[in-house]
Amino acid sequence: MKEINAHAGFPIAPVYGPEDVAGVDFARDIGRPGEYPYTRGIHKHMYRERVWTMRQYVGFGTPGETNARFKYLMAHGQDALNVAFDLPTQLGLDSDDPKAEGEVGRVGMAVDTLADMEEAFAGIPLDRVSVSLTINGMAAPITAMYYAVAEKQGVAADRVVTTPQNDILKEFIARGTWIYPVDPSLRLVADLIEFSARQYPRSNPVSVCGYHIREAGCTTAQEMAYGLAIAAAYVELMLARGMAVDDFAPRISFNFTAWGKIFEEVAKFRAGRRLYARMLRERFRAANPKSWMFRSLIGGGGSAFAVQEPENNIVRGAYIALAAALSGAQTMALPTYDEAYTIPSSKAQLIALRTMQICAEESGVADTVDPLAGSYYVEALTSAMEKQIEQELASVERMGGIVEAVRSGAIQAEVARQAYLFEQKVLSGEIPRVAVNCHVGEAAAEADRDVELYAFDEKAHAAQLAKLARIRAQRDGAAVQAALRRVGDAARGRENLMYPILEAVKAYASLGEIAQAMREVFGEHKEAVKL
Amino acid sequence: MKVLIAKPGLDGHDRGAKVVAHALRDAGFEVVYSGLKRTPEEIVAEAIQEDVDVVGLSVLSGAHLLLARRVVDALRAQDAADIAVVVGGIIPPRDVEALKQLGVRHVFPMGTPLPEIVKALKKEPQR
Repeated sequence: MKEINAHAGFPIAPVYGPEDVAGVDFARDIGRPGEYPYTRGIHKHMYRERVWTMRQYVGFGTPGETNARFKYLMAHGQDALNVAFDLPTQLGLDSDDPKAEGEVGRVGMAVDTLADMEEAFAGIPLDRVSVSLTINGMAAPITAMYYAVAEKQGVAADRVVTTPQNDILKEFIARGTWIYPVDPSLRLVADLIEFSARQYPRSNPVSVCGYHIREAGCTTAQEMAYGLAIAAAYVELMLARGMAVDDFAPRISFNFTAWGKIFEEVAKFRAGRRLYARMLRERFRAANPKSWMFRSLIGGGGSAFAVQEPENNIVRGAYIALAAALSGAQTMALPTYDEAYTIPSSKAQLIALRTMQICAEESGVADTVDPLAGSYYVEALTSAMEKQIEQELASVERMGGIVEAVRSGAIQAEVARQAYLFEQKVLSGEIPRVAVNCHVGEAAAEADRDVELYAFDEKAHAAQLAKLARIRAQRDGAAVQAALRRVGDAARGRENLMYPILEAVKAYASLGEIAQAMREVFGEHKEAVKL
Repeated sequence: MKVLIAKPGLDGHDRGAKVVAHALRDAGFEVVYSGLKRTPEEIVAEAIQEDVDVVGLSVLSGAHLLLARRVVDALRAQDAADIAVVVGGIIPPRDVEALKQLGVRHVFPMGTPLPEIVKALKKEPQR
């Protein structure tokens, strides 16, 4: 019989039975949904009370174009937003910065000043719609802009529900939108968490992402282990500031992926919830049950999909949605079938949204909580995943802890090594990919031509530049300069940067100017380049 | 054969670049990796300094035409046009020919099998 391994590395048996779950203690390890250690899910009735939030990742071109796509998806039943920003915005460069050339409005929407965020959310009631902001190095100023827009809409601070990603450690490991060195970058993360915990009690000021690390190539167990290690690092950061764990931990959220083997994914989340609950309760002494809950967006990643015969990705997306639902997702997002080719078309976005809706409404997966509980296989797999995640956590400790592992580049090198191993397994056929390494058809080249390619609008770039120039001319220059000086002063000192940043944002200082005021104090990160 | 795998522009997705670098190294190439966010000028300077035969650019943000043109032009300006330029990443089919017309020798869009990349680079002349 062919040997089969989990992506996490351990072997999968052909049959499981009672002997495989003999070591599982129901009350201690599984419990009831909505109860510690939350193995079965963080809510008592899960989707019977409220189905997962559907939150497609959207953003391209100008804030105006993005606003129109937001409204299109909301008109089709999407109930929350997840904003994609272009690379200059993510890296603190204005659209007119020479380094931004060719990248403005490409992989997300361009934001230069508060005026752009006002336009992006025009006509969208921020007291009723929750908005994720996929922003990290620039999370502090972009979230400040969001808070300012909500304030201008007249929304009370305690009605604002936003989730800036604000997870810089995973940016150093995967995704790469770091700007400043590790220490000041962590300070910005903590400033935003502290400010939001005090002023915006319903915001989720950090979303810890295993997702991008998995997309960069790590295994399932590593994805969870690295996410948990990063969350612990942020908890320690806040404790070191003198905050009580229950003052911020209830608003920590997560962002993970669920592509691959369905049961392994489910086990990953069941084990992850258990480990997180224990970590917060036992290690960090959190007393509020909300602090123990691993709340997660679960979605797919583009790496689940294939470029060959792209329409097959629609089917893969449905399996991802099923895995995410069985995993107990609070929020779901799916990649679109055309991602390996282009910025998603509105048709591809709608198919992804419909996939989640069909899963929620028609499949019956939402009828009862954690339907796989008690399965010999899933419970044994959950225990095996837990053990493997603990081993990966121990290996992070051997690298000197997650922050040191990031600084030295050791963890980046491990992720790249795993990415290469994965590729070799695809080449050898050990990891089957339909129409890629097995059942390869002749239709692949034909299908290429059927993908609707996004037409990047060069005029949009010009419009963005004109708008920025107009705002620079109209604003009170002296007030901007004074606000930027205060940002620089705060960066030199220990004051929470959110206060002067918010002031600068409201004076229509540009993102690039605010980023530069901090760059002059913090300097820039030098990547430890390792292969 | 010596290859510089480089990440030009602002794109931070380096999985593909690193996987290709590993594969080329396993296939006997000498490989240098630039790290993220290098400017075309920095990449050309490193290519000349390291005396490579091939520069491989990895771009997933959509800015591949502009960035590849800058690298090709800068190599010409430095009298190093005999360094072959290849490009990988999210490259829509319609841009493959456009890249080749700029002087890019090979384009490896997302999904290209690693052995195909190795084979193509092995055929490139050593400088």
